[in-house]
Amino acid sequence: MAEVREIKLPGVGVRLEFDTEAGEQVAVVVHRGGRRELMVYDSDDPDICTTVMHLTPAEARTLSEALGGSTVTEVSRVVEQRIEGLAIDWIEVDEGSSFLDRSIADGMFRTRSGVSIVAVIRGIETVPAPGPDFVFTVGDVAVVVGTPAGIDQVRTLLGP
Amino acid sequence: MIGVAPMFAAVGSEVAVAFIEIGLIAIVLAALARLASKLGVTAIPFYLIAGLGLGDGGVADIGIAEDFVALGAEIGVLLLLLTLGLEYTGEELRFGLRTGTVPGLVDAVLNFVPGFGIGLALGWSAPAAILLGGVTWISSSGVIAKVLSDLDRLGYRETPSILNLLVIEDLAMAVYLPVVAAVVSGQDAVSTVVTVAVALVVVAVVLVAAMRWGHLMSAGLDRGNNEVLLLAVFGLTLLVGGLAQQLQISAAIGAFLVGLALSGPVQHRVSALIEPLRDLFAAIFFLFFAFQIDPAELPGAMVPALVLLVVTGLGKMGSGWVAAGRAGVGRRGRLRAGTTLVARGEFSVVIASLAVGLDEASELATLAAAYVLLTAVVGPLLAKNSDVIDGLLGRRRRRRGTTAEVRRAEV
Repeated sequence: MAEVREIKLPGVGVRLEFDTEAGEQVAVVVHRGGRRELMVYDSDDPDICTTVMHLTPAEARTLSEALGGSTVTEVSRVVEQRIEGLAIDWIEVDEGSSFLDRSIADGMFRTRSGVSIVAVIRGIETVPAPGPDFVFTVGDVAVVVGTPAGIDQVRTLLGP
Repeated sequence: MIGVAPMFAAVGSEVAVAFIEIGLIAIVLAALARLASKLGVTAIPFYLIAGLGLGDGGVADIGIAEDFVALGAEIGVLLLLLTLGLEYTGEELRFGLRTGTVPGLVDAVLNFVPGFGIGLALGWSAPAAILLGGVTWISSSGVIAKVLSDLDRLGYRETPSILNLLVIEDLAMAVYLPVVAAVVSGQDAVSTVVTVAVALVVVAVVLVAAMRWGHLMSAGLDRGNNEVLLLAVFGLTLLVGGLAQQLQISAAIGAFLVGLALSGPVQHRVSALIEPLRDLFAAIFFLFFAFQIDPAELPGAMVPALVLLVVTGLGKMGSGWVAAGRAGVGRRGRLRAGTTLVARGEFSVVIASLAVGLDEASELATLAAAYVLLTAVVGPLLAKNSDVIDGLLGRRRRRRGTTAEVRRAEV
């Protein structure tokens, strides 16, 4: 994923910016009410934008789906807004992981860290609420919810 | 029964007249707000003009409804300050404090001092001059947020610095308002100092508590439905405002603190609920403010208002230049930031309205009205055409100089 810079716009919302490989600078302004603006910066004057699109929440969803986005991000944002102190994170299970070909029950993640694995993203598919007998393979991305400390613990467990 | 009936009739006809008056006023305000949105400018100057047209020297008068309008205007101030407090989250305030102290100080010096100085030059007392300083200091966050979004500039590099400066002004109001309330109350020096100290301690305690534990109160309020929430927040605002007024801290700061204390999801719910109510009462406030001004005195106030416009317009250009420069923005962006900040509006009027009881109250109100009429119109125009201004300045630069910097800029 491209590195996203988050810039606060007090009273308005946040601006998320990133650079494309082709060298364009792109930003999305997320208004507090959920409206979004998509903008592309001028290549001559990087202080200003040349293209601005105004999107309602529904239009933003349509666009992100057209671009192949997953709906998990949207859901997690809602969860985080509702409950303070709760974190949600994505942990990739890569080749060196000690949990390859082992099940969720084996890890006892919930017992050890209080963190729940709420979904696993495998390729273009998302497995919601995986059962205890779900087995990890290389490239799986576990979507975890819990306290930031607990998530760090799970990250270590899922590591090499 | 026989004795009661005529009394009801009398009250009934009075109510009827009041309804007609308030109804007509609201319809005129609606027409003006529509005109303003068609022209793409803020409605505040139009409300002020409507208020000037009423009352002494105007085309019509508010009769029986005056008591209602006066109280409505007071509520309007509270709701304006409540929504100002609601605008920013605790995190945004903390971030603003960390990064915006230097631009905030530059802003205060360049814009408060000229107002204060001209107040003294007009022969006013120190409290009135301090109020005039406040009038010229605080930019209109309402007008500026609208300008930035209308001109599609939310993505521009200088925009966070502009918004952060507004956060700092917001926080500065938390100190300025109670100080002013104490100074204006006209006690002797010792009790003024005591009142100021008490007020500042109260504000500091509430601010810290709001940032740390505001979410608990917010979570409690968030459980109710919209009706419960609206009534609770409206009640809380008036209650805290009233108590603050009794302590001579100024009702406005009480309402502002209530807004600050609300955070999280409930903050957005309250904003959405209070907004229509605020628009209604704030319109009444602007109208009533100008209603108390004698239109015949307005032309006389235009000269000092123009001087203030030029001096504090340049002041805001300086603030924007510094704030945007610290974010690494280029020349044109720094100029855009400066021109955007020129607009004054709701808070200048709120500050001027605090002068009630001072000898200079009516002079100050007239000057503030003239000043807001000018800046609220000129500011957005400057912001829109800041690249044109840059072009004009650029031409002069080219004609005049061949310094290395200019040559580099031209490449």
